[in-house]
Amino acid sequence: MGRLPLFPEQASTFAPDVDHLLFFLLAVAVFFTLVIFGAIFYFAIRYRRRSDGELPKVQHGGMALEILWTVIPFGLSMVMFAWGADIFFRESRPPDNALQINVVAKQWMWKLQHMEGKREINELHIPLGRAVKLTMTSEDVIHSFFVPAFRTKQDVVPGKYSTTWFKPTKAGKYHLFCAEYCGTRHSGMTGWIYVMEPRDYANWLRGGESTGSLADDGAKLFKDLACANCHKADNSGRCPSLVGVYGSTVKLTTGATVKADEGYIRESILQPNAKIVAGYAPVMPTFQGLVTEEGVLQLVEYIKSLGGKPAAAAEGAH
Amino acid sequence: MITAAVTERENYLNVSHGLKSWLLTKDHKRIGLLYLFTITLFFFLGGAFATLIRIELLTPQGGLVSSETYNKLFTMHGVAMIFFFLIPSIPATLGNFFLPMMIGARDLAFPRINLLSWYLLVIGGLFGLFAMLAGGVDTGWTFYTPYSTTYSNSWVIATALGIFVAGFSSILTGLNFIVTVHRMRAPGMTWFRLPLFVWANYATSLIQVLGTPVLAVTIVLLFSERVFHIGIFDPALGGDPVLFQHLFWFYSHPAVYIMVLPAMGVLSELVSTFSRKPIFGYKLVAFSSVAIAVLGFLVWGHHLFVSTQSVYAGMVFSFLSYFVAIPSAIKVFNWTATLYKGSISYATPMLYAFGFIGLFTIGGLTGLFVASLGIDVHVTDTYFVVAHFHYIMVGGTIMAYLGGLHYWWPKITGRMYPELWARLSAMVIFLGFNFTFFPQFILGYLGMPRRYHVYPPEFQVLHVMSTLGASVLAVGYAIPMVYFVWSLRYGKLAPDNPWGATGLEWKTPSPPPPHNFDRIPIVEHEAYDYSTVVGEVMEVG
Amino acid sequence: MASQIHAETLALREQFNTEAQQKDAATLGMWIFLITEIMFFGGLFLAYTVYRRWYADAFAVASSSLNVYIGAANTVVLLSSSLTMVLAVRAAQLGKRKAIVWFLVLTLLLGGVFLGVKAYEWNQKFVEHHIPGPAFHFEGVAQQGPAQLFFSLYFAMTGLHALHMVIGVGLLTLLIVQAAKGRFSASYMTPVDVVGLYWHFVDIIWIFLFPLLYLIDRHLGK
Repeated sequence: MGRLPLFPEQASTFAPDVDHLLFFLLAVAVFFTLVIFGAIFYFAIRYRRRSDGELPKVQHGGMALEILWTVIPFGLSMVMFAWGADIFFRESRPPDNALQINVVAKQWMWKLQHMEGKREINELHIPLGRAVKLTMTSEDVIHSFFVPAFRTKQDVVPGKYSTTWFKPTKAGKYHLFCAEYCGTRHSGMTGWIYVMEPRDYANWLRGGESTGSLADDGAKLFKDLACANCHKADNSGRCPSLVGVYGSTVKLTTGATVKADEGYIRESILQPNAKIVAGYAPVMPTFQGLVTEEGVLQLVEYIKSLGGKPAAAAEGAH
Repeated sequence: MITAAVTERENYLNVSHGLKSWLLTKDHKRIGLLYLFTITLFFFLGGAFATLIRIELLTPQGGLVSSETYNKLFTMHGVAMIFFFLIPSIPATLGNFFLPMMIGARDLAFPRINLLSWYLLVIGGLFGLFAMLAGGVDTGWTFYTPYSTTYSNSWVIATALGIFVAGFSSILTGLNFIVTVHRMRAPGMTWFRLPLFVWANYATSLIQVLGTPVLAVTIVLLFSERVFHIGIFDPALGGDPVLFQHLFWFYSHPAVYIMVLPAMGVLSELVSTFSRKPIFGYKLVAFSSVAIAVLGFLVWGHHLFVSTQSVYAGMVFSFLSYFVAIPSAIKVFNWTATLYKGSISYATPMLYAFGFIGLFTIGGLTGLFVASLGIDVHVTDTYFVVAHFHYIMVGGTIMAYLGGLHYWWPKITGRMYPELWARLSAMVIFLGFNFTFFPQFILGYLGMPRRYHVYPPEFQVLHVMSTLGASVLAVGYAIPMVYFVWSLRYGKLAPDNPWGATGLEWKTPSPPPPHNFDRIPIVEHEAYDYSTVVGEVMEVG
Repeated sequence: MASQIHAETLALREQFNTEAQQKDAATLGMWIFLITEIMFFGGLFLAYTVYRRWYADAFAVASSSLNVYIGAANTVVLLSSSLTMVLAVRAAQLGKRKAIVWFLVLTLLLGGVFLGVKAYEWNQKFVEHHIPGPAFHFEGVAQQGPAQLFFSLYFAMTGLHALHMVIGVGLLTLLIVQAAKGRFSASYMTPVDVVGLYWHFVDIIWIFLFPLLYLIDRHLGK
C-alpha cells in the first residue's frame, strides 16, 4: 500500500500562511465539535427518559444565550473571513519583478513557455526563491492550474488570460494537477513543477537547443502578419504606435479609458473592434484563426519589449 | 387506541384499489407515497453509481472501467442524487404527506397540480434515465461550458431536458406549499403555532419558487448553444464561459438549502418529541429557516473564487457566506439546548437526530473552511469539498430523512418497524458514513483533485479506507429497505400516537382517513405542548 | 361526520372550506407563479445586460437593424389587448355573458395579431441572414461575434415571450368556451381573474423587451 501522507509539503511562501489559517479553523472546528458532541452525549445520558409519564418543565428560550451563541460564532467568522481575504488579496498581486511564464492549456496537456524561448510540456522548471507569475489561457475548455505544495490554484479559461503567482521556498519536485474537469483525460492532465537552486536553473535554461526568446518569436510574427504596415513606430500609420503602450492608460473613442495590460493586447488582436483608441477608425481586421494562443502570447511579449511599464518580463534568472 | 376493527376502518390506503386509483389520485398522502417510491428508485440508482466509483478508486490506475465511463459515473451519480433524489426527497414525501395534516387541512391548495408535480418528476427522471442507459453523460453535474456545449460527446441534451422538466416539479411543489400555508391553516393555527417542520418547508418552498426558474433558463441557454451553436457562452464569438457559472450557481447554491432546510425541519420535530419539550428558541429557529432561504441567494459566487471572478467580488461573497452559517449554527445550539432537562428517548428516530446534529455540525464547520478565500483556493475542486458536501447531504439530509421516515412510518402505514434492527442500522450507517467521508477531508487537503479517475499512488490508503466505509454504509442502507417492507405485513399495529407527540397529524388514526380530519380541528394550544398528550406514549422497543 | 365533509360542488373544491378561500388561494397561486416567471426571464435579462455592457457598439448597430415602427405598433397592439382583457374581467364582475365573450375574443385576436407580426419580423431576420447559426451574416460590423450574440439573445427573449403568448392564447380559448357556456358570474370568475393576471404579466415583459431590444442608442442615429 505504500506511504500514508496526511499533510502536504510546504513549498511556497503562501503555504505556511494558508496552513496557519487552517490550524486556526481546525481549532475552532474541533472546539465546537467537542462542545456539541459532548453536550449531546451528556444530556442524552443525564436526562434519559426514566418513565413514560415524564413531563419536563418547559423552557421556551433565553435571549442571553441566543445572543451569546450568535455573536461569538459571528466574531470568529469575521476573523476567518479577514484572514482568508488577506491571503487571497496577496495571491492576486504578483510582485513587479516576478519571473514571467506563459501557460497554454489544452485537452489534455500543459504547454509552458519561458521568456527566453524555452518550451516545456507538462513540466515547469523554476528557480528557488524567486517569485514566478504565470499568465495562462486555454485553447479549448476550462482547466485549472493547481499545485498543492504551493497552495495555489487558478482556473485557465478560453478567451481570456488569468494569472497566478507563487514564490517557491523549497527545492524539489511537486505535483501539478488540472483541477477543473475537462473531459476524458482530465485525471491524466498532470505534471511536475521542478524547483531548482538558482545555479542549476541557470544551467538548465542554457541547455538544450537555443531558440529565440519569446519576444523574438513575437517580433517575427509581427512582421509575418504585416502588423508593422499600420502600426508604425513613428505613429505615421493608420493605427497607433505600439511603442510604450504596454502598461499605459489608453483613451477610447467612447471616452472611457482602459489599462493596456496583457488582456487588452490580446483582445486588440483577436477582437479589435471591441475597443477603439480615440482618434482612430475601426479598420483593424481580426486575427482570430490566423494566430494561435501561443502566438498571441509571443506577440504580447514583443509588444511589452517595445517599452512601457518598467520591470516587465525579466530575462534570465541571474 | 388500538381496536380490533382498525384494519377495517376506512383509511387513505384501502378506500380505493387499483392502479388507476393511485395514478390519478388527488390525495396528498398517496402522492407522497408515489414520490417515495420514485425517489427511492433514484436513490439506489445513484447509489449504484457511487458503488462503482468507490470500487474503481480502490487502485490508483483504476482498471474496472475506462476514463470515459468513469466520468459518466460521477456525473450520473450527481445528477441522479441531486435532481431526482435529494431535491424532491423530504418535501415531496414527508412534506406532501404531513404539511396539510400539520396545519389542519384536508389537502394541499392545488391537489391536481400536486399530482402533476409527481408526473413531471417521473418524466424528467425518464429523460435522465434514458440518457444514462443510452450511453451516459460526462460533463459533471455542473455542466460547465464550453465543455458541455461544444466538446462533450455525450447525452447532454437529454439529461438537461430531464433536469429542466424535474425543475418544474420542484417549482410547482413550492408554489403549492406556499399557498397552502398562507390560506389553509385551521382556525387558531397562527403562524407561531405552526410546527417547525412547516416553517422549514415553507422556507424551502420560497427557494424552490425563486431559484429554480433561473436554472430552467440556464438550461434553455445551454440547450440553445449546444443545438443551435448560438454562442452565448462561446469565447470564439465573444461569449463568456464564466457567465454560465454565475447563472448555474445562482440556483445551485440555494438548491443546497432546498436539500437541507426540510431536514432541519424534521430535526425540530424529532428533537422535540423525543425530549418531550418544546424546541428551545422556537421563534428564532422558525426565523432562521427564512434567514437561510434569503441569505442563501446572496452567496453563489463562493463557487467561483478561482474562476477569474474579480478579487473584490470574491471578498464580498466570502463575507456573505459567513452570514449564512450563523442561522444554521443557531439551530444546532437550540436543538442541543432542547435536550437540557428533557426526557430523552433513544428510539430510532432520535438516534438519527443525534447523528444528524453531529454530522451536520462537522459538515457545517467545514463550510467555514471553504468560505475562507485563502483556504478555498487550495481546497476547491478537491476531495475536501466532496467531503464537506457529503457530510451535509448524506450525514445530514439523508439521516434526517431516515429519521423522519421511521418517525412517521406508523402514521403512514399503520405499522411499527422493528426497533432493534432499526437502531442497529442507524448505527451501521453512522459508522459507515464517517469511514467513507472523513478520509476525504485529508485527501482533499493533500491535493487529491475531484473527478479524477486515476490518481498518484500515495493517495491509495485513504481511498481504500473510504471504499471500505462505503461498503459498510451500503449495508446500512439496505437493511431498512428490508424491514420496512417486512413491516407492512408483519409489523406491530400502530396506535394513533406511538411517540406521545404533539401535532395535528397525531390526532388522526394510523393510517389516516382519506380526508385527514372528520371535522376541521380548532387549534387552542401552542406548538409542542406536551401537557396535552400526557399518557399517550407507547412503550417502544 | 359525513355532513361535515363538503361534497364536490361545481365551483367549490373539497379541500377548501369556503369559496372565498378558494378564490384567494387561486389568486395567490397565480401571483407566485408570475414571480417564478420573473426569475425565469430574469436570467435572460441578466445575460443581455452583461453583454450589452461589453459590446455596446455592436449591440447598438444590431439593434438599429430592427424595425422600431413595427415594434412600436406591436407594443400598442399588446397594450390594447391588456385593455380588452381588463374589460373582460370587468364584464365578468358584472355578470355580462356576451360582453365577457366579446372582450376575450378581442383579446385573443389582438394577441394573434401580435404573434403574426412577430412571425413577419422573424421572417425578415431570416431573409437578412440575421438568424444565429452557420448562415449568420450581419453587414456593418467587422466582427460577427457580438452581433450574433445580440441576435441570439433577441431570439431567446422574444421567442420565450412568444411561447408565453401562445400559451396565453390557449388559455384564452379555454376561457372563451367556458364563458360562452355561461360559467362565469360575479360570484365565480376566478379563472378570468387569474388568466387576466397572466396576460398582463406577458404584456409587462414585452414592455421591458421593446426598449431593451429596439431602442438602444437610437438617438445616436446610426
